[in-house]
Amino acid sequence: MGKVTYMPSSSKRKSRNSIDRIIFNTIAYAAITIFALACVTPFYLIIVGSFTDEGTIVREGYSFYIRNFSLEGYKLVLKNPTSILRAYGVTILVTGVGTFLAVMLTVMTGYVLSRKDFPWRNGFSFFFFFTTLFNGGLVPWYLLCSKILNFNDHIYGLILPTMFSVWNVIIAKNFIKSIPFEIVESAKIDGANDFSIFIKLIFPLSMPLIATLGLFTALNYWNDWYHCMLFIKDRNLYTLQYYLQDILNSADALKRVAEKTNLDIKMLPRESMKMAMTVIATGPIILLYPFLQKYFVKGLTIGAIKG
Amino acid sequence: MANKNRSQTIIQTVEPVYKNNKSFWEIVKTNKVLLLMLLPAVIYVIIFSYIPMGGIIIAFKNYNYTDGIFKSPWVGLDNFKYLIISNKLWPLTRNTILYNLAFIFFGLICQVGIAILLSEINAKYFKQFSQSAILLPFFISWVVVSSIMLNIFGYENGVLNNILKSIGWKPVDIYGNADTWPVIMILLNLWKNTGYGSVIYLAAITNIDQQLYEAADIDGATIWQKISNITIPCLYPTMIIMVLLALGQIFRGDFGMFYQIVKNNQVLLSVADIIDTFVYRSLISSPDIGMSAAAGLYQSVMGFITVMLANYTVKKVQPDYSLF
Repeated sequence: MGKVTYMPSSSKRKSRNSIDRIIFNTIAYAAITIFALACVTPFYLIIVGSFTDEGTIVREGYSFYIRNFSLEGYKLVLKNPTSILRAYGVTILVTGVGTFLAVMLTVMTGYVLSRKDFPWRNGFSFFFFFTTLFNGGLVPWYLLCSKILNFNDHIYGLILPTMFSVWNVIIAKNFIKSIPFEIVESAKIDGANDFSIFIKLIFPLSMPLIATLGLFTALNYWNDWYHCMLFIKDRNLYTLQYYLQDILNSADALKRVAEKTNLDIKMLPRESMKMAMTVIATGPIILLYPFLQKYFVKGLTIGAIKG
Repeated sequence: MANKNRSQTIIQTVEPVYKNNKSFWEIVKTNKVLLLMLLPAVIYVIIFSYIPMGGIIIAFKNYNYTDGIFKSPWVGLDNFKYLIISNKLWPLTRNTILYNLAFIFFGLICQVGIAILLSEINAKYFKQFSQSAILLPFFISWVVVSSIMLNIFGYENGVLNNILKSIGWKPVDIYGNADTWPVIMILLNLWKNTGYGSVIYLAAITNIDQQLYEAADIDGATIWQKISNITIPCLYPTMIIMVLLALGQIFRGDFGMFYQIVKNNQVLLSVADIIDTFVYRSLISSPDIGMSAAAGLYQSVMGFITVMLANYTVKKVQPDYSLF
């Protein structure tokens, strides 16, 4: 008898559950769709702006669709391509060299600090970690880099400051700790020295770590405008992001573009050029994004909270 | 008892304890390769972190370029006094802390919310695409964001005003009106960082024991009950740690965001100037270097105190996650 009275209530409960599920799914899909669109639409608007005729932008403003198609903006940016190509060259060079050096340095340091048989590992770990707790602030650091180390207008002013991060060392240390220590021990018994153990054994086993650190670091270098702003006055050494900032903000930069392309400054398609420049500076990231994203998501979870 | 002893000896044989009752030079000798491998990083940190720490004396000097760090005259606490008298320190501190609190609070809600919603969605491609979309803003620089802001919120050409005009409303001058900026900054922060945070929470959700949900299903729990009684409580540890770590950094503002979006717009500086941007602006205008260093030192000291407090709290709550 009990069963009979129980069954209807159970099915009622089930139907209530499925109604709840429908309500939940509606909210979930709607909220996620709205947020995802809010994240992507601005990029779409920039692309639309970059292909819109300058006169239309000035008269009617930016809009959601291309009203008068025009390549003016891109033509102007590419009319005198040396400066943009130089900015690309500098950025690619800095990103490549910087990422390589940073990853080598980080993994090597993380490896030493992960070695259980290294008696001073805790002391050194604290020596590094303390710098994340306290620092001298921007001013002494800037005066050191600029006045004493002379980073001004030198490419290493763009590479060195971003090269070493204690957080990345901690991530590397934790990752390498998870590699069985017996590997190191048996190699030592075979007479290998610590450096060749690192290069021949630890490095190949740390590929997921290296991919993650490489991605994070490369992204930092690619998006860096801050150190360019601090140290670089020579236009030939501008990074892509700083070049873009220059075009967006300074009337001076526009004047130079006008001079180089022999156009009257009033005739410059400023707005569409700014948008075209933004597309050109962001392009590589957007194009590579679909391929890199999954490594990035994996990487975030490698080091995220473990800290 | 005997059993326990045996297991202890097993542990000891499996994990040898590395004793170091050797002398200093013996340790150097046996670990010379490791020490050499550590050398580049040690030199780097000494040059770029420890030497500048000595440079905090600039905060107590009237720095000028001709005399340099050591010969510039001492002024005691004058730089700090000036910061307080000129009524700069309090608004800067207030802005930095309030913005960061808002970023932490709303960020937490959005990140956890999006992560929970994403975790309950079963449509594979929809999930993939939307996750990619939400993470996209994290990948671009604040320079690009400033260009986007120009495109959308620009007074004359912006998309927003374009729409407002087309439906017969008055255009809004966002860049000329300071009141709305706290909201805009919070929205921008959410726009850029929600994806990053939600990935972390999503990973935490996938680690939740599935049996809990199965048991709840048998008991006839609704989706709401499962979220509020299983998912959210299981996320508490992650949430607490993330919030405490962020609170430890509460004196550090997002320089890139405030610098690139606000620029030197005088109208907005009253509501959108933070310690970091102030330090930078005083640094590049050379007569203020001493004051800039003083503000920087103030930030470092307060930052140190908050990190220590945060870590102390983490240690109490969840010793495994404490920083040190």
